[in-house]
Amino acid sequence: MSVTAPPPIRPVPPGSTLPAARGHRPRRPRGTSLYAHGEPLVWLTGSALIVSVLMIVALLGLVLTMGLSTFWPQHVTEVTSLSGEHWMGEITDSERYVPDADMLSFLEPEVRASAEAALAASPDGRVRRRLFRTGNFDLSGSHFRWIDDYETAAEAQPEWAVVLERMAWGRFYGTPAAFLVDGDVVAEGPEASWAAFEREHEPSRARFDELREIEVFAVGDTHHRIEEARQALREVELTDGQDSDRYRAAQAEHDRVVAAAERDYATLDERRTALRAENDRYALRMATADGKTLDVTVADVVRGYPANQLGFVARVGVYLSRWWEFLWDRPREHNSEGGVFPAIFGTVIMTLIMSVLVVPFGVLAALYLREYAKQGWAVSAVRIAVNNLAGVPSIVFGVFGLGFFCYIVGGWIDESFYAANLPNPTFGKSGLLWASFTLALLTLPVVIVATEEALAAVPNSMREGSYACGATKWQTIRRIVLPRAAPGIMTGMILAIARGAGEVAPLMLVGAVKLVDKLPLDLRDWSGSLGPIPTGAMHLDRSFMHLGFHIFDLGFQSPNSEAAKPMVFTTTLLLIAIIVSLNLIAIWVRARLRRRFQGTHI
Amino acid sequence: MIEASETQRPSTGPTPARPGLDVRRPHEGGAVPRRPRHGGLFESIEQGRQFETVRHEAAAREDAVLEIDDFDLYYGAVRALHGVSLVCPRGKVTALIGPSGCGKSTLLRSVNRMNDLIDSVRIDGDMRLNGDSIYAPGVDVIQLRKRIGMVFQKPNPFPMSIFENVVYSLRIDGERDRSVLEEVCESSLRGAGLWSEAKDRLHESGLALSGGQQQRLCIARAIAAEPEVLLLDEPCSALDPIATGRIEELIDELKGSYSVLIVTHNMQQASRTSDFTAFMYLGRLVEFGPTEDIFVNPRLKETEDYVTGRFG
Repeated sequence: MSVTAPPPIRPVPPGSTLPAARGHRPRRPRGTSLYAHGEPLVWLTGSALIVSVLMIVALLGLVLTMGLSTFWPQHVTEVTSLSGEHWMGEITDSERYVPDADMLSFLEPEVRASAEAALAASPDGRVRRRLFRTGNFDLSGSHFRWIDDYETAAEAQPEWAVVLERMAWGRFYGTPAAFLVDGDVVAEGPEASWAAFEREHEPSRARFDELREIEVFAVGDTHHRIEEARQALREVELTDGQDSDRYRAAQAEHDRVVAAAERDYATLDERRTALRAENDRYALRMATADGKTLDVTVADVVRGYPANQLGFVARVGVYLSRWWEFLWDRPREHNSEGGVFPAIFGTVIMTLIMSVLVVPFGVLAALYLREYAKQGWAVSAVRIAVNNLAGVPSIVFGVFGLGFFCYIVGGWIDESFYAANLPNPTFGKSGLLWASFTLALLTLPVVIVATEEALAAVPNSMREGSYACGATKWQTIRRIVLPRAAPGIMTGMILAIARGAGEVAPLMLVGAVKLVDKLPLDLRDWSGSLGPIPTGAMHLDRSFMHLGFHIFDLGFQSPNSEAAKPMVFTTTLLLIAIIVSLNLIAIWVRARLRRRFQGTHI
Repeated sequence: MIEASETQRPSTGPTPARPGLDVRRPHEGGAVPRRPRHGGLFESIEQGRQFETVRHEAAAREDAVLEIDDFDLYYGAVRALHGVSLVCPRGKVTALIGPSGCGKSTLLRSVNRMNDLIDSVRIDGDMRLNGDSIYAPGVDVIQLRKRIGMVFQKPNPFPMSIFENVVYSLRIDGERDRSVLEEVCESSLRGAGLWSEAKDRLHESGLALSGGQQQRLCIARAIAAEPEVLLLDEPCSALDPIATGRIEELIDELKGSYSVLIVTHNMQQASRTSDFTAFMYLGRLVEFGPTEDIFVNPRLKETEDYVTGRFG
């Protein structure tokens, strides 16, 4: 601040007036000049900014710390309680609480004595308890357990505590006891069996990936071929009727295709059975802390590591491998484990389609409003209506999209082009295309308003200069007005992307689902390759996963909410990162446009 | 014609003393003897009386490129031009001078029908460009504007490269031949005296130039289409004296190959650059003749007062 300090106020003796120089109007006391200097306003505006910045930093900080720490492999702690129970797990939380007196009375005398001693020693009447992720859901029936400090007799970090991330039932904490091939023990003791596990894990996973590819893609492909043949036959039936030569020819073709597909299916099924049988041969016998054992099929283990033996580098390796899985794999365990690639893909592709739809549409509408329409009450009314559209709750757009796009437009498309598939809807249900349309509608006001402002900011002198050169109105718009307004239009697009990518409520109605087995785009499976799989085809009618909806699903719909909680933060972090990077790209393009079209000064 | 205006003199009577408009006082009694006193002419115009333009015969002998015939223009109910008739000689520079709001710019913008962009404008009378009517029904305004170049008060280069700025009028006609475009660009920039400064930065933004350079770029853009008339609307009012000097030199060079109609507030500029000068007041053309006559030997005392700075 370069504001000079107000001169000190001279003390005025009571009863006297301020010195009035040579008959001028007496001057008001100088104390008011503090206000005149505007310092209170500087403070007011500055603190408003500080509060906003603090809120943003706090939110981002929370999301960052929670999101980034989720995948860090912790040490595994084994706890022995005073009553002789054993638990093994990772510490995920810790809190101090006031134990209930009734609850204390139910404890065994030994534990109760310990609790009372702890309470007496505690200055604030609280005791500490820690939340252990104990896993082993198939044995214990819970993923987590609060363990009070007072019931702990001993605590250790056993060397051979192993964490297994499994395809089903969540994590397993235990020690390797034996390695089994075909049900026979081939290695015993933690060291030998872990070495055997590590040897067999890679090939088992490779077989598993092949199996998955067969199940999802190859089997799906044969079904698809049979379904297509059925539809082709049905089309002929709809046009020519059953009693025609064409129908008989089509029937023969249909039977041929179906037979071929069924032959292919039989081959695939054989291969699948063989892979399954081979994978079922290998198992790792794990012993839990409380002495139970469980045979874990090697192929079911996504990742396993001896948690307490890892050095820093190995820990970073596990951390990065988890991130890799998170970004590139599909979810498992009710979305609380595994990756979110389908959701990332769905979010990005939906946002892109939405931008492709909304930007031209909004720009054309704004062009008419600003360049062609005669400014009057009608245009003002339209403008107000557009601005009001921005204030309509987004769920209303979702309802509209479901009713209009999915059922009316989609139903019409089905009747016109996909009649053979009826009564199964193709476009007459929620899907990627309709979700993009709905969000385009939702973000349309943003684009229109921003574009109108950008158009209004183009100096009239430029338009006149163009007209004076003999340009038509459209030539002027295309060559002068639009390039000059392009950065402003990009700003509108950035706002629309930010709004659209973060929207969840309407998507629940028009296309986002909890889990999909197929992406809207037939990518070759990201875990390998096999057979004649159709690739690169876009399926805009398919439902899709969306990060925003995924967050909602993880946070509020998950059966294992405690395990899903860190994933909520990680997914939020990812969604924010995606929106930020989409915005950064748009900002970069805008800066380029600005340099290109607006020069360095003026 | 002088007599005609003398007969239109308003009846004598007490005229309200209005600062700046009371033009009689400085010359009362001390005027050049052969020039009759027209002290009441401005009041007469203000009161809306009929009034005949004073035309010097020299102007009528020239070959006309642009003829303006009894042209009226209204902004809604307000009449901005009152029966203006003017002939712009071919290959010469004609300056329009007069106090602010006298309709110079309006007249200029009427020539290429820029006023069509304003909804409330209504006109009467006609103009002819090389004999072709400008306001006849059925005239293609786009084609018309291609025959007329215009440079505005504030430099308004387009948001594109210098090269694209210059060849804009060719681009909108669909010219794609690179060699033609490059040739026109060079000749136009040379014509506008910008070639030596711009030839190494043709693909930089036109907005990166200085104000004076931008205005010369606009002139290059205007002459790229080889217009039959070049309209300059106070082309130097936003420029510093050095840039102004360059533009004036440029106008001098354009003389002969282009017919120029220039609006200016700067008397020196009008006297330096133009061959003919038209003095306008409140929508009327007051006096029109060779620049030398208007500045040295005007027939109306009001004109002399204006050009010598005793008025306005």
